[in-house]
Amino acid sequence: MITLSAYVIVAIVLFGIGTIGVLISRNLIILFMSVELMLNAANLTLIAFSRAMNVLDGHVFVFLVLTIAAAEAAVGLAMVITLFRNRETINIDRYDLLKW
Amino acid sequence: MNLDTLIFIISAVVAVFGGTMMIAQRNPVLSVMYLILSLVAQAVLYVQLGALFLGAILIIVYSGAILVLFLFVIMLLNLRGTEDLGHGSQPISRFTKFVLSILFVFELIAVVKTGFIRSESPIGMMTTVAEDFGSVKAVATLLFTKYVYPFELAGILLLAAIVGAVVMTRDSQRGDSLRIGSAPDSQAPDIEQETGGEQ
Repeated sequence: MITLSAYVIVAIVLFGIGTIGVLISRNLIILFMSVELMLNAANLTLIAFSRAMNVLDGHVFVFLVLTIAAAEAAVGLAMVITLFRNRETINIDRYDLLKW
Repeated sequence: MNLDTLIFIISAVVAVFGGTMMIAQRNPVLSVMYLILSLVAQAVLYVQLGALFLGAILIIVYSGAILVLFLFVIMLLNLRGTEDLGHGSQPISRFTKFVLSILFVFELIAVVKTGFIRSESPIGMMTTVAEDFGSVKAVATLLFTKYVYPFELAGILLLAAIVGAVVMTRDSQRGDSLRIGSAPDSQAPDIEQETGGEQ
């Protein structure tokens, strides 16, 4: 039988993959998608706990997180387009105007 | 091994595989495809946990809308994965970051295994819950009664995101009055006029 910790461990592994992507990726788009993967790992944990505790509140939280992910994707991709228009690159190492 | 466990193992392996391939690709379009694969596998896990409504929402909204938005942006910027992403001088090497992330994962697993979660009770399709657990009606009842204020705030957040995305992507050479750094309050009527004119 599948235990609660099995689901939580899958979520942790997905979160770790997202962390690796955010840390080592130089492509701005892939970095952004890694953040989305981390959000989804957190959602999986919420749903697993919601099932284990037999309450539906976790489902509402996941619903709100999905809303926020949609808003974040819209604003973030708008920023990506503006950055690309100004710098002609999506390499995050080249966005270094504020670096000292 | 029963069917429930088999479905869980297949979905978990596909989800982790999709995530791994996503960060390993150079071509962003392939990267989006692997993320969609991972999300569909996660939707199977949602359904297995009884979240029928959210599993459908994950496929429709996430794979169907948000990742298609990513694809639109990738094609708009004409990214083919052949850009020079260079090897800039980084203060910490990529190998160190990789090892630190793996350590982080093992630390979290150790926390889960050693006492944060006491209950090793089996969950999944076989255990009994309420008849309408995770259905649209049950989630919506909770959403419109107990969590109605967060729901309204999410609506305001979406409105702010729409306005923000429109303001940021406007061409500052063409837009006469919209410039970065100007007060947003004075710009709001301008945006409404322009969208009204386009319709």
